Amino acid sequence: MTKKTNTPERLAPRNKLSKAYIEKMITVCLFLLIPTLLLVVFTYIPAAEMVKFSFEERDQFGVNVKFVGLENYKTVFTTPEYFAAFKNSIYYLFGSFIQLGLALFLATILCSKIRFSNFFKGVVFFPYMINTVAVALIFRRFFQKGDGITNTDGTLNSIITLFGGDPVKFLSTEGLVNICLVFVSIWRYIGFDIVMFIGAIQSISPDIYEAADLDGANRFQVFRYIIAPGIRPIILLQMILAVKGAISVYEIPFIVTGGRFGSSTFVIQTTETAFKFQKVGLASAMAVVLFLIIVVVTIIQKLVLKEDK
Amino acid sequence: MAEAVIKNDSYSFVPKLFTVLKYAILVIACLVVFIPLVVVFLGSFKNNTEFLSSNVFALPTKFEWSNYKTAFIDGKVLLGLKNTAIIIVISCTGTIIVGTMTAYVLQRFKTVLGKVLKAAFLLATLFPAISMQVTVYRIMNNFHLVGTMAAPIILYIGTDIVSIYIFMQFLDNISYSLDESAIIDGANYFTVFFKIILPLLKPAIATVLIIKVISIYNDFYTPQLYMPSEELSVVSTSLYRFMGPYGAKWEIIFAGIVICIIPALVIFLTLQKQIYAGLVNGSVKE
Repeated sequence: MTKKTNTPERLAPRNKLSKAYIEKMITVCLFLLIPTLLLVVFTYIPAAEMVKFSFEERDQFGVNVKFVGLENYKTVFTTPEYFAAFKNSIYYLFGSFIQLGLALFLATILCSKIRFSNFFKGVVFFPYMINTVAVALIFRRFFQKGDGITNTDGTLNSIITLFGGDPVKFLSTEGLVNICLVFVSIWRYIGFDIVMFIGAIQSISPDIYEAADLDGANRFQVFRYIIAPGIRPIILLQMILAVKGAISVYEIPFIVTGGRFGSSTFVIQTTETAFKFQKVGLASAMAVVLFLIIVVVTIIQKLVLKEDK
Repeated sequence: MAEAVIKNDSYSFVPKLFTVLKYAILVIACLVVFIPLVVVFLGSFKNNTEFLSSNVFALPTKFEWSNYKTAFIDGKVLLGLKNTAIIIVISCTGTIIVGTMTAYVLQRFKTVLGKVLKAAFLLATLFPAISMQVTVYRIMNNFHLVGTMAAPIILYIGTDIVSIYIFMQFLDNISYSLDESAIIDGANYFTVFFKIILPLLKPAIATVLIIKVISIYNDFYTPQLYMPSEELSVVSTSLYRFMGPYGAKWEIIFAGIVICIIPALVIFLTLQKQIYAGLVNGSVKE
C-alpha cells in the first residue's frame, strides 16, 4: 500500500487504449463483481429499506403501509418495555469488564513460569468452542430449580442443598436471572480474551523481562511497567468490543430464559417485534437506534485509539 | 546476575506462597469450566428414573446408550451435523474464493471502484447483524431463498469483511516484485492471482477457515430464521428443538449436547495451536 514505486500500475501504463490497461480493468471488474453484488443486495438495499420502514407503519407483507413520521422512534423511547431492555445491557457491560479483568489476571498467571500452562489454557478456552445452543442448554439445567414432579434441582441447587441451603429460583427471579446470564456469557467467552492477552503478552520481547529481572523488579512492577503498557492497545480494543457486545446480546438470554423474568435484551425485543408481532416499521426504528449507538461507540473508539498513539 | 534470578524465584517464603496461590487459582478456574460439563456427561448415560432420583454428580449405575440413539436419530442431531458440514464447506469455499479475489484487487490495484468498495465494506461492519435481518428477510423472501440452505450460505459469504481484511493484511507483506516478474514474463493477472498469489496466501486462508468454521458452527440466529423446517436442521437448531419434545428429559438433551461437543473437542485437540494463532491474527483487523 505504501510502496508507490513498485505497484503493478507502473507496468500497466495509464494509456486507455493499451492492452495492459484493458486487461487490468477486466480483472478488476470481474473480481469485484460478486462481492459488490452481494454487498449491495444483501447489505445496502436492506439498510436503506430499514431507514425508510422506520418512518412507516407496516407488517412483514407490506400491506396497508402508512407513513407515520417519527412515531416509531417515539414509541421506542417512551414505551418502557422497549427501551427498558437497554437497562439489561448494563449487567452485561459490567460483566464484560469483570471478564476482561479476570482474563488479564489469568493470562498473566499463565504467562509466568508455570507447569501444565498449556493444559490450563486449553481448559479455560474450550467453552469458546462449544456450540452456543449447547452452552445455553447446559446452563438452563445448571441453574434449574426442581418442581418436585418432572424436574429435579439442577447442578447449582444440588450443591446448595448438599451444604444445607435452600434451593434458589435462579432463572425466575428478576435481577438474579441477569446475573446468572452474565455468568454464562463470561464462562463462554473469557477464554477468547485470555488467548488474546496471552498473544499480546508473549509479543513483548523477552529481553525486556530479562532486563527487569536484572534490575531486581518484582512481579507487580513487571506487570505495572512492562506488561500493562505493552498490552494497552489490546485492552482498549477489547473494552470497546465489550460495549458493542453488551448492547447486542441475543443468543444466550433468548435460549436460556426466552427473555422472560426481566431478562430480555434490545435485540430480542427487535426480532420479536419484527417476526412475532409483525411490526416491521417499529422493529426497523429499533434497528436504526441500535445502529446509531454503534456508530457513536465506534467514533469514540477511533478517538481513543488515536489519542493512544 | 545469578543473584537476581535466585532472589526472585526461590529461597524466600513469599514466592513459594505465590506459586501455590497461582496453581490454586488455575485449579479453581478449571473446576468452574468442568463442573457444568461433567454433570452433562454423567447425566447423558442415566435413564429417566435414575436421572430424577440420583445426585447430579453420582456415576450412572448402568450405561444407558439409548439416550444417544434417541438424540442421534429422533432428535435429528445426525442430520444437523450433516447439514452444518454442507453449509460450512460451501460457505468456506465461497468466502475464500470471493475474499482472496476481492483482497487481491483492493490491495494491488488502486482503482476508484476499489476505494469505494473498501469504504462500503468498512461502513457495513457497523450495521447490527441480527437487527438487520428485519429487512434482509424480505429480500431473501423476494428471491424465494427462505427455507433453503442458500440463504445462510449467501449471508456467510457476502458480508464477510473480516476475511477480506485478513487477506489484505497478508498481501501487504507479499512482495510486488513477484507480480512484476510474472507479468514481464507474459503472464496475465488471472495467472498471477491463481498461480502466484493464491498459493502464497495459504497461512491467511488457514486463519480465515478457523474463524469461519467456529462462527458458522456456533451461529444460531441465521439458520433459525431462514431454515425453520426440520429437514434443514443444523447443529444449533436441532439442539434448540430438543427443548420442545424432550422438555423434561434432560438425559436425552444431555446426550445431544455431548454429541455436539465431541467434534468440537476433537478439532480443538488436534488444531489447538492453529486455533489460538488464527484468533489472535484475526483480531488484528479491528
